[in-house]
Amino acid sequence: MTTRTLTMLVAMGAAMSALASGGGDDDRDRRRDPVADRIYVEECGSCHVAYPPALLSRASWKAVVGRLATHFGVDASLEPAMGAEINAYLQARASLRDTVDGDGRTALRITETAWFRHEHRPGEHGLYRGVFEQASVGSPAKCDACHRGAAGGRYGEGEIRLP
Amino acid sequence: MRPTRSWLLVAALLAGPAWAERPADFLARFEAEARSQDASFAASASRGRQWFESRHGEDWSCSTCHTRDPARSGRHQVTGKAIEPMAPAANPQRLTSGRSVAKWFRRNCRDVLGRECSAAEKADVVAWLIDAGRSTGEGR
Repeated sequence: MTTRTLTMLVAMGAAMSALASGGGDDDRDRRRDPVADRIYVEECGSCHVAYPPALLSRASWKAVVGRLATHFGVDASLEPAMGAEINAYLQARASLRDTVDGDGRTALRITETAWFRHEHRPGEHGLYRGVFEQASVGSPAKCDACHRGAAGGRYGEGEIRLP
Repeated sequence: MRPTRSWLLVAALLAGPAWAERPADFLARFEAEARSQDASFAASASRGRQWFESRHGEDWSCSTCHTRDPARSGRHQVTGKAIEPMAPAANPQRLTSGRSVAKWFRRNCRDVLGRECSAAEKADVVAWLIDAGRSTGEGR
């Protein structure tokens, strides 16, 4: 492939992702954005679902990306070039509202946010106590245990299957 | 760096080398590196197997996530995500990318040993991965 063709393909990809974002600044629209960044999906998605960037604020993502060498008990360090690209992607697509934990501190986990806790409280959408401890789930980090479209960034109610 | 150039660099990195490497290349490389420190070193799959299954000062061994049989799928201990088999016999994508091999040894060795792995340790474990699942597909 020539450099020119490659440049064109990359430019087309960038244009398509700009279109896909629709310029919507509302968090609800942002949460529906497909998780499309290939580096993000490849690097972060190898250990867990590539979470939609709009589920955390810029401050939260900055805190997470800033300490990847000690990422919830696991070394998830990146090559500097990869880290910079992923940081830029997350900052551009982050939630516009602050995401904080129950004590008002910058949330480091999606599960700490008020939005997540509200949407996943027992009784909501048929959720029950202990659902995250089921053998087929194991952890609330495993979105795709119930959200069957999570790998493709789809979390619509039509694709929820509780174990 | 201008955005276009940075995209090109990233695209080139992701496209991966056209000269994809083979598992035996990694074995030869780590073995040669280990020999530069100990001329009598020879990689051993059985030593690699034992090392793979043992803990080295931290909470996890390699087999904690990858199981004792590298020809089988494993499971991430924190997130629960499935991990494809490590043995090239079961998963031909393994041990074909220098970037990937370097990245995962760097990260996982720090988790399992609290330090980077030596060339000798890498040579042994690569020998075990190449060997695993070759004849029966079962852990030996």
